[in-house]
Amino acid sequence: MTDNGLALEIRDLTVAYQEKPVLWDIDLQVPKGVLMAIVGPNGAGKSTLIKAALGLVPAAAGQVLIHSRPYLQQRGLVGYVPQRGSVDWDFPTNALDVVLMGLYRQIGWIRRPRRREREMAMESLNTVGMADYADRQISQLSGGQQQRVFLARALVQDAQIYFMDEPFAGVDATTERAIIAVLRQLRDAGKTLIVVHHDLHTVSEYFDWLTLLNVRCIANGPIDDTFTSDNLRQTYGGRVAFITEDGELPDDRSRTDSKLIAA
Amino acid sequence: MSSAQIEIILVAVVVAASCSLIGTFLVLRKMALMSDAISHAVLLGIVVMFFFVRSTASVPMVLAATATGVLTVYLVELLVGTRLVKEDAAIGLVFPALFSIGVILISRHAANIHLDIDVVLLGELAFVPFDRLTIAGLDLGPKSLWLGLSVGIINLIFVLLFYKELKLATFDPSLAAALGFSPTLIHYALMTLVSVTAVSSFEVVGSVLVVGLMIAPPASAYLLTDRLPVMLGLGVLIAAGSAGLGYATAYLFDSSISGSMATVAGLILAVTVLVAPERGLISRWLRRRRQRIRFAAETLIVHLVNHADALEVAGKHPVGQLKKQLKWREPFTQEVLHFAGQQKWLVERNGRLHLTSAGSSVAARVTER
Amino acid sequence: MLGNILYDLLFDYTLRTVALGTAALGLTSGILGSFAVLRKQSLLGDAIAHAALPGVALAFLLTGSRDPLLLVLGAALAGWLGALFVMGVTRQTRIKQDAALGVVLSVFFGFGMVLLTIIQRMPTASKAGLDRFLFGQAATLLARDVLTTAGLGSIAVTIVILLWKEFKLLSFDPAYTQSMGYPVQRLDVLLTTLTVIAIVVGLQTVGVVLMSAMLVAPAAAARQWTNRLEPMVLLSGTFGALVGVLGAITSAQVAQLPTGPTIVLYMSGVVLVSLMIAPERGVVAQLRRRRRQRVQFAAEVLTIHLLNHESGTNAEFETAIVHLQQHLQWDKEFAQRVTRWIVTNGLAERTDGHLRLTAYGRETARRAMTH
Repeated sequence: MTDNGLALEIRDLTVAYQEKPVLWDIDLQVPKGVLMAIVGPNGAGKSTLIKAALGLVPAAAGQVLIHSRPYLQQRGLVGYVPQRGSVDWDFPTNALDVVLMGLYRQIGWIRRPRRREREMAMESLNTVGMADYADRQISQLSGGQQQRVFLARALVQDAQIYFMDEPFAGVDATTERAIIAVLRQLRDAGKTLIVVHHDLHTVSEYFDWLTLLNVRCIANGPIDDTFTSDNLRQTYGGRVAFITEDGELPDDRSRTDSKLIAA
Repeated sequence: MSSAQIEIILVAVVVAASCSLIGTFLVLRKMALMSDAISHAVLLGIVVMFFFVRSTASVPMVLAATATGVLTVYLVELLVGTRLVKEDAAIGLVFPALFSIGVILISRHAANIHLDIDVVLLGELAFVPFDRLTIAGLDLGPKSLWLGLSVGIINLIFVLLFYKELKLATFDPSLAAALGFSPTLIHYALMTLVSVTAVSSFEVVGSVLVVGLMIAPPASAYLLTDRLPVMLGLGVLIAAGSAGLGYATAYLFDSSISGSMATVAGLILAVTVLVAPERGLISRWLRRRRQRIRFAAETLIVHLVNHADALEVAGKHPVGQLKKQLKWREPFTQEVLHFAGQQKWLVERNGRLHLTSAGSSVAARVTER
Repeated sequence: MLGNILYDLLFDYTLRTVALGTAALGLTSGILGSFAVLRKQSLLGDAIAHAALPGVALAFLLTGSRDPLLLVLGAALAGWLGALFVMGVTRQTRIKQDAALGVVLSVFFGFGMVLLTIIQRMPTASKAGLDRFLFGQAATLLARDVLTTAGLGSIAVTIVILLWKEFKLLSFDPAYTQSMGYPVQRLDVLLTTLTVIAIVVGLQTVGVVLMSAMLVAPAAAARQWTNRLEPMVLLSGTFGALVGVLGAITSAQVAQLPTGPTIVLYMSGVVLVSLMIAPERGVVAQLRRRRRQRVQFAAEVLTIHLLNHESGTNAEFETAIVHLQQHLQWDKEFAQRVTRWIVTNGLAERTDGHLRLTAYGRETARRAMTH
């Protein structure tokens, strides 16, 4: 298979839980070096799309290519930031230790982390502004700080493509700024970032690529082509109107100061 | 059959039915293991009270043991409330401690407490006919039968009276709270009854097997129905059946009666897991196979519609490419194509698939949902 | 008395055997139990222990041998089957884990009792063998039992040490573990198998009914003392070993004292003490922290109160210590504590029955108000 320059390619992916389709025949092409949001209503299958791409849930049909090869051959290229709520934060471990986990594959079976790995983990914590909290037990961190630790754990993997499940959910403003700064840095370094996002206000400010999802893929492409009122209406159905301050549907320029109104 | 045997079977059936009735709510409320904790812990209450009243089947004994059961629930909640241990660990800490005190008391004062340690775990159904209730010289039958019957009737009355509240608190605790039924009150009422039931069954089937009678029959019933009244009824029937069959097996092999009852209850569950209509493994496997093919055929049609524009003619698709795109194995692809053909969704001409109008409408319907 | 026990521990063959056996067992179950508790599988141990009983009985029925290795093997197989059944039923049917655990523990146990009653009627078996597996009897431990325990235990512990970081990762974040390409299901089965081993080696000593406490209690106690996995597991193993030996010796010395319940009671004591007095997490530490926070907050309120009234017309009255209780609705003791705190921390000075803010106190009050 030749390299077609795509970071992620999903072909005809269908995922079903107990015969009920969660994702229907998804086709997706994401070029390298973009910062992409996956947006859609609750139950649209956003997390499932990421999990299916990572092989965490089985696909009923279709395939996932990472850098033009099947996912199973490319695990080393992939970093994952799960939802913060998916783990027990009372687990007896500290921030540095969690970040070190990102290096376990690299360290290999049986061997222990050494000073070099510790330094790498520290550096990663530093990148997300958490170096001062390295020794903190993870339950003593705020939600935003926990999210940043998860991000640092993925960063230390030095992956080419990152999948992040709602990294902005329930975090404070400082953390949101810190995370988006890191994501931009990564994008500028040529990495690809695929982020499940739920806040329509910030989509066009933060991201340069967009996938609109509601069981099926509604739109996928550069943000300027895809973030349109038409696509949004199709994604959210009639339940949501997307209007600007002065009450009009957004055209391409006035998106950033628009408001989301649930009707 | 001798009258003693009939009495044993009667007691077994009554106790099992009563356990299943209350156990149904434990299963539905995901608190099955509280029965394990309670049934072990009540031993302490029984032993302590034994020092005073010297008999197991008596009212003060039942009260004391019930109090211990409720105390267990309270202690578990207290531990969870400190947020220092999780609920599963809290259960795993509380009941072994209380049970251990009970066992040690029995061992140390064996001369004073005529409770055999085996009886603690197994109960002794065979002795049931010897401890009789006599009033004014009139033999009214075994004491445990009367005890079991009273507790069974209390359970029944409770379930009938508070059916609505129990159902609501079980399936939608927040709504129950909003409507003014205190979930805590219902929880403790239920736990009190679990304790009473455990105590009354204790002497008969022992602390470990009480758990089986409370959980296994409702679990079987849970696989057979979606309706709570049916589940309650089926559970009671299965429990009574396990008791009867269990006694027969025990008689046949001359082995532990309560052990056989639990074994039969377990076997019934195992069979139910396999063959239950709708929810059984076998029927689910068959259905899933059927649905997988239907589902795949639908996927195929949606795929054809989605990719229509990429092809020369709308609704046509080369068969060979299909396999590559959907990543299906050859025999599966054939089955799917066969199914789609049978449903007249697709027709194949010159190695190309043509969507029929029926197929198009299926695709439209599928993507709608 | 203590000297005698120490002497016996070193030179009495039976006691030494018992102590070694229970130490090995406590260490193993303490270590594996840590992972079980952290994975919220505390009660899986209970189900496995009960499920092991028919395995013991069948091994004996089929071979007629009392070789500990053989009985342990039978127990392990049955326990493993029980664990598998729980996982399978939970995954494949709508029956939830709690019900699956309850069914396995009591049905397997019931079947085990059926087998044991059959064994009892055989001329070769004595009743003593039965009780031993229910509540444990450390005094009957023989050298070969200890060897079995120590051998299997060290295999299990060695595997935990080798796969330390993988097990840690699996326990903390299974989805992430899988995303990294680890064979999560195989690791899961392996860790459960090691737990089964830890359980079955203790059956003869502690008994099937209470064996699960050997997994849960040391881990729950150890968790309170540390916030790191490494010390927690070490401490849990140590608790398990020490309490195991203590309980076994007590039960071997005192007549009519079954080992399982004795160990469990000691262990429960350790848990209780840990929950109460562990630094940081313990109940006492929590209460003290909460009290300190309350005083701190009250002190802030007090500085604001003083700031607001220090230049007012009735400043004399408002800043009088004796009147503070009345203004702020505090009881006497609490008001005294707050006053003491505020003075020792340099926020205010006490002069002839009045509190006067220092410059630092004024600044603190202003900062608190703008928050």
